[in-house]
Amino acid sequence: MWMYEKKLEYPVRVFKTDIGMAKYLLAQYGGPDSELSAAVRYLTQRYTMPTNKAKGLLTDIGTEELAHWEIVGTMIYKLVKGVPAQQLREAGLGAYFAEHDRAVYPADAAGVPWTAAYIQSQGDPVADLHEDLAAEQKARATYERLIQLTNDPGVKDTLRFLREREVVHFQRFGEALNDVQAVLDSKKFF
Amino acid sequence: MSERIAMLREIQELEFTAIDLNLFLDTHPMDQAALRDYYAVRDRLLAARKCYEETYGPLTAAGFTPAVCPWQWIESPWPWEIEYQ
Repeated sequence: MWMYEKKLEYPVRVFKTDIGMAKYLLAQYGGPDSELSAAVRYLTQRYTMPTNKAKGLLTDIGTEELAHWEIVGTMIYKLVKGVPAQQLREAGLGAYFAEHDRAVYPADAAGVPWTAAYIQSQGDPVADLHEDLAAEQKARATYERLIQLTNDPGVKDTLRFLREREVVHFQRFGEALNDVQAVLDSKKFF
Repeated sequence: MSERIAMLREIQELEFTAIDLNLFLDTHPMDQAALRDYYAVRDRLLAARKCYEETYGPLTAAGFTPAVCPWQWIESPWPWEIEYQ
């Protein structure tokens, strides 16, 4: 089960509304390598992990990704708060406004809705953990591009935190993979 | 920065430390130094959360908030509404 904590993992400060940046941030809210994909991927794969280390890690990182999903959603919410419809249209969010107003919806930066086709659950721990390692690197690279797209010191600061977490998760997944491979190797008899 | 936000920032920092150590311990469950650090920060986090919830209201529904009417959980601010600067 999960219990909600009424706070963000890291503060979100937005100094000025920025419609374009809100649009780009959708990449990490509802895109292929988004925080949503990460959370669903890890929390789905954990059931068939062979070691307690991997079960624990996928549970805990999956949970942290939900907290990151909330941080990205908060940034999007603040970046378009109170912006008139005409300005949303001029900045490329006219179609988004027509369907969602200023609501936070899990689609990518181009408007494509989130789908479970972005993730896999193979039941093979080596294959699944390799997907997780790749996912963390893809998210890190996306955050580095997003940091280049904004001048807002508050948005940059939060994005730097999220980028750093991808690096830490990659490190931990690597350790879990080594452990899983050692356990699997010790069980092989020919 | 208001006293409330300052206390919330302290809780965020303590909890972040706990989250990061938690992940480290998932793959290093025998690490004595990390275990010591985790339980030390856990104690500070619980104390800080108790102090915040008694003063400003719940961070978790089943936390340390005094038993009062009306139900405090739905009172603002919600996480996405807080202004930190």
